[in-house]
Amino acid sequence: MSDLLSKFDSLIEQREKLLESGVTDPFNLVMERVESPTVAICNGKRTILLGTYNYMGMTFDPDVIEAGKKALEEFGSGTTGSRVLNGTYVGHRAVEDALREFYAMDHAMVFSTGYQANLGIISTLAGKDDYVVLDIDSHASIYDGCAMGNAQIVPFRHNDVDALEKRLNRIPPEAGKLVVLEGVYSMMGDVAPLKEMVAVAKAAGAMVLVDEAHSMGFIGEHGRGVAEAQGVIDDVDFIIGTFSKSVGTVGGFCVSNHPKFEILRLVCRPYVFTASLPPSVVATAATSVRKLMHGADKRAHLWENSKRLHGGLKKLGFTLGTDEPQSAIIAVIMPDLETGAAMWEALLKEGLYVNLARPPATPAGMTLLRCSLCAEHSTEQVGEILNMFAAAGRATGCIQ
Amino acid sequence: MNQSDDTFARVEALIEPFNKKGVAITPDTRFQQDLEWDSLTVLDFVASIEDEFDILITMNMQAEIETVGQLADAVRELSKR
Repeated sequence: MSDLLSKFDSLIEQREKLLESGVTDPFNLVMERVESPTVAICNGKRTILLGTYNYMGMTFDPDVIEAGKKALEEFGSGTTGSRVLNGTYVGHRAVEDALREFYAMDHAMVFSTGYQANLGIISTLAGKDDYVVLDIDSHASIYDGCAMGNAQIVPFRHNDVDALEKRLNRIPPEAGKLVVLEGVYSMMGDVAPLKEMVAVAKAAGAMVLVDEAHSMGFIGEHGRGVAEAQGVIDDVDFIIGTFSKSVGTVGGFCVSNHPKFEILRLVCRPYVFTASLPPSVVATAATSVRKLMHGADKRAHLWENSKRLHGGLKKLGFTLGTDEPQSAIIAVIMPDLETGAAMWEALLKEGLYVNLARPPATPAGMTLLRCSLCAEHSTEQVGEILNMFAAAGRATGCIQ
Repeated sequence: MNQSDDTFARVEALIEPFNKKGVAITPDTRFQQDLEWDSLTVLDFVASIEDEFDILITMNMQAEIETVGQLADAVRELSKR
């Protein structure tokens, strides 16, 4: 009998080697208690959270929690059914209404996760003879959506407008074309040149889908994302988003002005063949989305945090993913996995949690310490964070 | 394999800048095992082939191409269209 798991032997070996060195397993951390959007207890120690997607700090908002409790009591713990059968409650409609209002768009469709939103929409839009033109650094859910739909996949170099244009022009003119872009790329925290890219895509007769998972709530005048900030949101055919970042719960969605959009509810398999979100989750999401419409002050503070951390880390001598802060994500580039794991552990001992990111999630085989800021991080906390980076960086030899 | 044109030679020339290990190129040379290219190198190399021949090689097609000879055949086929 051949062991089907033997294909993972090299990864198992790499992990064993890393753990033998005595380093704490960076992919096995348990949060024992969570005190707020920015503080948890890990291994009995108070730890500042700098590696969550909780950008707007909505997870402990009193109105959000109250809405969730109320829905839990009134509608029960789960729907036990698909959105197209018994799984659509008033709460599911209410959160779709909130999204339509938030984005000022005609249609909104809520999925059980953000991953499923990309998987479902991309695989349903682009079939075997259609072309999906995508940035090489696209999220796994985008690639999986292409594979599931069996579409022709055409990748182009990260954020390269000319490379996108060249490829679009070589696709047969009569073929269906979907250009898939992200507002903020989650590994390096850099922003896409959507203005130029959307123009090029439209000129080639392609439809455009933008994943704004990491920009919702704080980029753009109304927090609609990078497409709004760069003035091209009206030319984007589909926006994909998630509730598991700024909104502070779980779920995914697609919003659109396409007149035929509603038919997708019947033909999109990751929407149809799974249970809908629990009533408490859609209630917290709806409340949070509506509050994010009025989050200008929090947005301003988040940007301040991002600028201060970026500037501080740069001054300490760390190599960062972007020259200037472009989002709430700041990537600290590590020379290799061993140093990255040592630095990650040193930070945890100081009382700071960041994400250790490694291939295949990262571009170009890089190891990153990914920091994501929250609007609820206080100015004092950002100062503490910088002190911890200084101490851990010196202890591990990452900086002088 | 059809060697009646210069496609193979042109492909070989485009491999050179990415051939960091100085592997001798034959039609049987494999991109992954012999040249040991990572995904970013493959992306840049495919882009240079696409530009040289003004064709499009989708990721779906790339998955079927293992050797330099297979690539030259695919380029000839795509250039006819």
